Amino acid sequence: MLLLKILFKNAFRHKLRTVLTILGMTIAILAFGILRTVVDAWYAGVEASQANRLITRNAISLMFSLPISYAEKIRQTEGVEKVSWGNWFGAYYKEERNFFANMAVEPKSHLEIVDELVLDPAQKSEYLKDRRGAIAGRKLAARFGWKVGDLITLKGTIYPGDWDFVLKGIYRGRDETVDESVFLFHWDYLNERMKVQNPLEADQAGFYFIEIQSPEMAAAVSERIDAIFKNSLAETLTETERAFQLSFVSMTEAIMMAIQLVSVVVIAIIMAVSANTMAMSVRERLAEYATMRTLGFGAGTVFILIFGESAVITFTGALAGIALTFPAAGLFRSELGQYFPIFIVKGTTIWLDLAAALVVALVSAVVPAFRAATTPINSALRRAV
Amino acid sequence: MAEPFVKISNISKSYWRGGRQVPVLADIDLVVAEGEFLALMGPSGSGKSTLLNLIAGIDSADTGTIEIGGVETTSLTEAELTAWRSDNVGFIFQFYNLIPVLTALENVELPLVLQGLSRKERKERAAFFLGLVNLSERMEHYPSQLSGGEQQRVAIARAMVTDPSILVADEPTGDLDRHSAEEVLGLMEKLNREFSKVIIMVTHDPRAAEKAHVIRQLEKGYLNASP
Repeated sequence: MLLLKILFKNAFRHKLRTVLTILGMTIAILAFGILRTVVDAWYAGVEASQANRLITRNAISLMFSLPISYAEKIRQTEGVEKVSWGNWFGAYYKEERNFFANMAVEPKSHLEIVDELVLDPAQKSEYLKDRRGAIAGRKLAARFGWKVGDLITLKGTIYPGDWDFVLKGIYRGRDETVDESVFLFHWDYLNERMKVQNPLEADQAGFYFIEIQSPEMAAAVSERIDAIFKNSLAETLTETERAFQLSFVSMTEAIMMAIQLVSVVVIAIIMAVSANTMAMSVRERLAEYATMRTLGFGAGTVFILIFGESAVITFTGALAGIALTFPAAGLFRSELGQYFPIFIVKGTTIWLDLAAALVVALVSAVVPAFRAATTPINSALRRAV
Repeated sequence: MAEPFVKISNISKSYWRGGRQVPVLADIDLVVAEGEFLALMGPSGSGKSTLLNLIAGIDSADTGTIEIGGVETTSLTEAELTAWRSDNVGFIFQFYNLIPVLTALENVELPLVLQGLSRKERKERAAFFLGLVNLSERMEHYPSQLSGGEQQRVAIARAMVTDPSILVADEPTGDLDRHSAEEVLGLMEKLNREFSKVIIMVTHDPRAAEKAHVIRQLEKGYLNASP
């Protein structure tokens, strides 16, 4: 108890210095946590991918579509359980800044495959019945104040013109990793209008969404599908949903690396600040540690006292930083939800915060502790004079 | 004739300063008998504090041996020496060296943490020794709330609380006014008389040295012949 009292009292002896160091640690951990969450949010699509789902697209590029007739051939491929298809629609609501993910999909099979979208059965039935019917994620509906039954007009970019929809349902995610900011509507609605407006773009799917019998079959089924369409006018590239998502994310990998690097640099900076605090504190108290060694306390006790003091300061700051990460993430989510629909502070981030605090505490303490434990007692005692 | 308690033979010590070896103590031989109160005097830089540190086991000699209470401390390892100090040596410093974040009672209790006593036993023992130095009323005060004389009395209680076989005091009155110095010296005399503690005290002050049974003079690293 006495040693604990020394440890805690020492940590707050120079109040201003300690408070500033704690504040620095709080900001560093907060920044570290938010930056890590940004990276996690960026990879959220990848993380949410299902291992038993494949995506088939045009082998040249996503810009090119595939004939709708491929659906039946894919369905007949060994290992394929279900097939759905869709097109990236790329419209916005009222103004260009109101952009969000919106896709034309074959609704019935899409909902069967993407079973993480939870929809009220009555709403689902209404959605499937009406060709102009659409569903929106809970966050997207909240963003624009949409209610079931609302008439929603989107302005097309890839498919020009005004597009009217009736919101038939609002889905929620099965868990927090599901994107609740997507707008989905009937592929038939798009296709019928294309037949009239631009027949060349009719009967085309941007991608096929495939559920396979088991994840282990992914490579084999992918090869089979691509083999079917080899040497055709529209060759396919089939890959797992995860690989498909990663191909998007990898385009921005350098930015993500930079963000991760910055998060480490933030910790390195606070490490230097904390080490300086500990070095100053221990230098001021060298004679006190020497007195304790004179009384019979060993180098181990001195190290524990100094490391403990360092840990009290860094963990106080770290815990405050962690506590602030959650409201900060909430603010981030509400302000930048359209860019980061899934912005969740993960358990891993909290563990990394704590690990960073431990490393800062250890690194800050090690040199001063070594000095306090090894400076000759008589020499350290003279410093008190 | 009392038995020898401290036996110092051919102790030499030098320091390196600016790349030059500076001899501090040369071939010191000294015997302190059981129950003796010895004062070491000498001008600044004569090596008296160095000799005291060697006896107390907080510095190591270049050559020679020191035997205290039958233990040759010069042959102990650092860890053994630390444990030996904890059990056998009580320190009284010129500047008291109390831990500022602990109360008077806790400062006295601190060395007992290493003695394996229960918290209650530690508190009782520390309170007893604070009573012995007439500070029962100041037990909950922090060092900053005590006068210099009171702080030194707390330091004496801390030095005594583990019942050490030897007390070493480095200029214990050097930072005190005359009245407080008298109190502290009276207390040390009492400890020597009533508890038969061997006391070795380094001092500049002839009035302090008068309290000792034996006064030895150090000059330029040499100990003058016994009186």
